[in-house]
Amino acid sequence: MSEATGFEAVFGDRGDTDDARPVDHTAAELIDHVRAGRLSAAEIWDDYQRLAGADTLNAYLWRADEAPEVAANAPLAGVPLAVKDLFCTEGVPSAAASKILEGYRPPYTATAVERLREAGAPMLGKTNMDEFAMGSSNENSAFGPVKNPWDESRVPGGSSGGSAAAVAAGLAPWAIGTDTGGSIRQPAALCGIVGLKPTYGTVSRYGMIAFASSLDQAGPLTRDVTDAALLLRHMVGRDPCDSTSTGHPEEIALPSAERLDGVRFGVPPELTGDGLEPGVREVFEATLKRIEELGGSVQEVGLPHSGHAISAYYVIAPAEASANLARFDGVRYGHRAGNGDLLSLYEQTREEGFGPEVKRRIMLGTYALSSGYYDAYYGRAQKVRTTIAADFRSAFESVDVIVTPTSPTVAFALGERVDDPLAMYLSDVLTVPMSLAGIPAISIPGGLSDGLPVGIQLASPAFSENRLLDAAHALERAIDFKGARSRG
Amino acid sequence: MIDREQVLHVARLARLRLTEDEIERMTGELSTVLDHIEKIGELDLDGVEPTSHVVELENVLRPDEPRPSLPREVALAEAPDSDGVGFRVPSPGA
Repeated sequence: MSEATGFEAVFGDRGDTDDARPVDHTAAELIDHVRAGRLSAAEIWDDYQRLAGADTLNAYLWRADEAPEVAANAPLAGVPLAVKDLFCTEGVPSAAASKILEGYRPPYTATAVERLREAGAPMLGKTNMDEFAMGSSNENSAFGPVKNPWDESRVPGGSSGGSAAAVAAGLAPWAIGTDTGGSIRQPAALCGIVGLKPTYGTVSRYGMIAFASSLDQAGPLTRDVTDAALLLRHMVGRDPCDSTSTGHPEEIALPSAERLDGVRFGVPPELTGDGLEPGVREVFEATLKRIEELGGSVQEVGLPHSGHAISAYYVIAPAEASANLARFDGVRYGHRAGNGDLLSLYEQTREEGFGPEVKRRIMLGTYALSSGYYDAYYGRAQKVRTTIAADFRSAFESVDVIVTPTSPTVAFALGERVDDPLAMYLSDVLTVPMSLAGIPAISIPGGLSDGLPVGIQLASPAFSENRLLDAAHALERAIDFKGARSRG
Repeated sequence: MIDREQVLHVARLARLRLTEDEIERMTGELSTVLDHIEKIGELDLDGVEPTSHVVELENVLRPDEPRPSLPREVALAEAPDSDGVGFRVPSPGA
């Protein structure tokens, strides 16, 4: 099936666009319009360049000023892409929102960004994020927080907060981010858009500024599930520059399911108990009803060790981060300080260059790996990780998809959790288990609670993205969520 | 729990020079987080293998053939200090 046929099948003929602008369409619809000659890639670029230039949410850290060249037959037809500042992009500032890399222009481009450019999605800009992807609110950026387009006094989630806010507000047609413990799914939930963390290893990590290498994975943030599938299709692939990359055993298909007949959904009581805000619980329960209306079945399924996921995660991720961030020493690139001797060069550079949360995690990780503590913390956490992955494997013997809310709360107020690191860490309680297990998980908007979006998370076995996207697509069509833009 | 001496020791290991205020704050914050993390001590994990890699992979090998690397001037272009041949740093003995 050619892609053109695929889009016709999914969207039909949308007619002319005289009264519509590029920003009124999903990326898949834009591609369709370009193919049919109703819009040009240049018109789309110009419209979005103007919109991104008028960003009042602090979503962008850098914007492209030149229209890129796109091959006429490129599958993504020139629909521009917002890229999280964590991705290295040749000659373009890539700082992971850290002062220690301010102004750094890498000599090469991340594989995921390069693949998407080749497929016809040129980079529109670099988006704001929590420094080195450490955070759940985007307040840890060295360049100021991002505002949530639904309510500018609230956080957009994090760490891919700029990408999520840009897509939700119509400042980008689509975006990519990275997810270590929920950094794509949680901001997507808090901004009312779709965010997908693929199976660990399917997308190359080459050129992603490393946070926790055994967990980091790139993925799409989009207006709908079809756009997520389309971006993912062109992101996956084995890469000789990342020996942990596996590619995907199947081509990522455009989802078409409208029913859930025969699909078995599992609800883990460990993740859907007391901790949920009432408004989140309401939307979650309505979603379970909708699953049954669409022909799916819902049953309880245990994930007995998932209550320990946050503890294991906040050992493993900081431990890996403390090693990965050792490279920022003021020698080869980035900020340099010090008063003439080598030790003060290292220490002063890092003291000035890293923000408080990054220092906290480096300290936590260094402590967990230090002599005398390794077995009690890191060794144990890696065993807990094994039990969590085993829980999922056994759950998937009786269900096809696990469903939970994405976040226990809606978007919280700017400033609310900055002085309470543990409360901030617990924002990730529903997304971290899937990260530790390396399995794919997607967040789709489920509805509103007091005018703020609630995300629903679906997770499935490793490498089953096509099944996951189909289930998410059927549910998305039934929910028929209206995004931030259409509410004015 | 973690005390001030441990915070200073870990900061030295991590090559972080913390301010007095940061040492104070870090001691309290890390203790709170570690109290939560220590719950994994309650689990019976005898006989459980630690996860080394979450997706099963065989050794990944490539032919050992020389390939061009980054040209020197490109590798040095972002250096805070360079003599055109290498990265310049103060002498470790200074």
